[in-house]
Parts: sequence; structure tokens; C-alpha cells
Amino acid sequence: MTGELFFKVVMGTIGMAIFAILLGLSFKGIDRKIAAHMQSRVGPPLRQPFWDVGKLLIKDSVVPKNAVSWLFNFAPVICLASSITLLLYIPIAGYGPLLQGHGDLILILYLLTIPALSMVAGGFASGSPYATVGAQREMVTMMSYEFPLAVAAISIAWKMSDAFKGDVFTLSFISSHPIWNNVGLLGIIGLLFLLLAVVIILPAELSKIPFDVAEAETEIAGGLLVEYSGRNLALFYLADGVKTFALSSLVVAIFFPYNISQFFALGSIPAFIIDFLFFLLKVSLVMLFAVTLVRVGVARLRITQVVSTYWIAVTLMALLGLVLLMWDSQILTIRWW
Amino acid sequence: MISKSFKKSLWIFHVNSGSCNGCDIEIVAALTPRYDVERFGIKLVGSPRHADVMALTGPITSDMEDKVKRVYEQMPDPKVVLVVGSCGISGGVFHESYHLAGPVNKVLPDATCVYVPGCPPRPEAIIDGVVKAWKFLESAGGGE
Repeated sequence: MTGELFFKVVMGTIGMAIFAILLGLSFKGIDRKIAAHMQSRVGPPLRQPFWDVGKLLIKDSVVPKNAVSWLFNFAPVICLASSITLLLYIPIAGYGPLLQGHGDLILILYLLTIPALSMVAGGFASGSPYATVGAQREMVTMMSYEFPLAVAAISIAWKMSDAFKGDVFTLSFISSHPIWNNVGLLGIIGLLFLLLAVVIILPAELSKIPFDVAEAETEIAGGLLVEYSGRNLALFYLADGVKTFALSSLVVAIFFPYNISQFFALGSIPAFIIDFLFFLLKVSLVMLFAVTLVRVGVARLRITQVVSTYWIAVTLMALLGLVLLMWDSQILTIRWW
Repeated sequence: MISKSFKKSLWIFHVNSGSCNGCDIEIVAALTPRYDVERFGIKLVGSPRHADVMALTGPITSDMEDKVKRVYEQMPDPKVVLVVGSCGISGGVFHESYHLAGPVNKVLPDATCVYVPGCPPRPEAIIDGVVKAWKFLESAGGGE
């Protein structure tokens, strides 16, 4: 049994890595194209990220003299690997995740921190003052968005445990029991608050404007990535694409786990294709609203503004969602008569 | 494959070595919706480590000489210098000034340079210079 599981995990991971990199880069292309159209530009072709990665791979990879070279070279690999690992726990297109039964929402909360932490490690290992400033800013950003993110995840898991018996903390359970169907009006308002909080957290997780203080090109010359070039930069570039795809599909799995194949009388293969295309559509819509529109529409915040946004506004939003979800259960269970 | 990647994706780091800001504004104009160089995969980056091309504006003043050399050395190979404006070619209107370290070929004698003359050059000319720059990158990348 263990040999079979081992084989499944290894092959699945390789397959998922190729799939995730291809989709991540394609989504990056779509993101850049839409952003360009919003600024009334033509924009790069959709294959642009593939050309960028190809070019970075043939460039020289410079390791600065005062860098900690093993950590400097190790951090991009960990960043990409942990982003792909994240996808192994997220249900894709209504199908259970590859490592189903081996981890839950709490594990994902922890896994989410690893790409950011490896970027921090790489930044500190660069030995450049810009990268150090970037790494410190990234840590501060992480500290500010982790709490509202945890509140959102826990409220949903708590609501699921209130409504169902079973493995309520696993993502496959959450995505097979759409949460919107199990709450009343107050709960729906609460869930909207939670969704908004998570959508505001996404750009910070992905280091995108307005929360890209850690990579701010115009202030600290690329921040964390300032000393990275060639192959290492390509790995971070790939990790960014994979992370965007993984986080968008996480939001889809929690908040929009609906499929459309049951509305058509179809065989299993056409149904899978339709569900998969619908899943890609949902992921790109989440990416459009959480990343593209936001990053074109607003300017970069300062680091103090990032902290106060998350600790005050977004945390309050998430707590309000939690309270509304709680009231929803209690008002439904109170005997008014 | 090598040449194709550079042709489709060229990242530029902009260095102002004492320019009057005229050429810099023309470089910015090339990024605006009217000329939109991003459709060719050309992008301004914030760090010389990410760059393939160094866009150099202005005559090199003695203050900037050391910095220009260091920025050039920080760029990973293969790399090209795109000299925007007449100043980098001959000194331009500043050619007799006491504080010039000289035109680009004196400060960076080993660098492959693509010159875009003009005071300032039009954005079309700058884009044309970038097109010529990636031909040099082809030969530089293919040779190794």
C-alpha cells in the first residue's frame, strides 16, 4: 500500500508541477493582458511569461560576493516547491486533492507562510540593504495579514462543524458541501464579509499592488528580489505564477465550489472537461477581481498603511463575519415561541 | 531558441548619468499607451540584476563614472548598453564641460553599445534601438 501511495504521490506531484507551472504562467499572461487593456494599451501577448522564463533561464545567475550562497540558491527552490505542495492539498475542478485525507485547512494556513518565508530567507541571504529592507517589510506584512486570514478560515470551519458531522476541517469536505447553502440571511452577509477579507488578503499573499511594499520596484529596487538574476529569478517568477493559481483556487474551493456538469446529461469525460473549464473560469474571475483590477486601480500603500489596513479594517471585517455566522446559528436555534 | 527568447522578452534598467531629463521623458513616452513597448515584451525593471539592457541617458559626468561602471558590472551576461541621446555619443551640448568623464565608449570600453542619436531621440527611434540591441544579445548569447 505504501509503495502504491508513494508512486501516486511522486507521479502526481510531477504532473501537478507541470500543470501548475503551465497554468500559473498562462494566468500571469492573462493578468498582464487585462491590465494592459485597462490602461488602454495593447499589452504583451498571452505567451509573454513563457518567453520571460525562457530568457531568464539562459541568463547568467549571479551570486553576490557577500551573500550566503547556499541559502541564496536554496530559497527560490523552496519557494517554488512549497507553492506546488500547496496545490497538492487544494481540490481542483471539484475533484479531491491529491493528498486527500493527509491534511486540512490548518495545514494549508501553515503552508501558505512557507513561500513568503523562503522569500524572506532569500532576501536576508542576499546581503543587500535593499533586500534586507524588503525582507523585513515582507515579515511585517505577513504578521499583519495572518490574523484576519486565520479568523476567516476558522469561522468557515466552525460553521461547517456546526452544521455537519465528519471531517469538517478538510478542504475536500468544505468544497463538497457549499457553505452558502447552509446559512441563513445573517450568515450570507457574514460570509460576504469573510470573502471580502480574503480577497483583500490575496494581493498581500502574492506581493501585488497595493500591498507589494516588500518588492516595491520604484522605492527599493525590487526589494527581496533585488540581487536575484537568471535561473533563481526564473524560479521566483514561476513560484509567483503557481502561487497566484493556488491561492485563487483555494478561494474557489472554499467559497465557490459549485460545478455545472450536473445540469447537462453528459458522460464522465465531457462532464470532467466542462467542470474543468468552469473551474478555470472561476479561478480567473477570482484572480481578475482580487489581483488584476486592484493592482491597476490603486497605488502602492506605505508599510504603515498596510499594517493598519490589515490589523484594523480587515481584522474587523473578518471578526464581523465570524460574529454574524455565530448569530446565524444561534438565531436559527432559539425557540422564539 | 536563445535568440527568440531575447527577441520576445527584453528587460531594461534605466540609468541617468547626468542627463537633462529630455531623453528620460522620451523613454517614459515609449512606455505610455501610445507606443506601449510592453507589447514587445520590453519592460523597465528596478534592479540591474534583472536587466538585459542598460538604457543610459546623458553624458557621463565624473560623479557618475564609477556608478555607471558598477551598474554595468552588476548586470548578468549577456548584456548590452543602449545609449539614448547624443550626449552619450559625443557629450552633446555638454561636450566641452569640465566635469565630463567622457562619452560612453571611454567609460565602458568593453561594452557592446547601441547608439540612438537625437536630442532627444523620438520614442520610435528608441524602440528601433532596442530592436537592434536584441540582435547583439543574440550573438552574445549564442556565442557562449
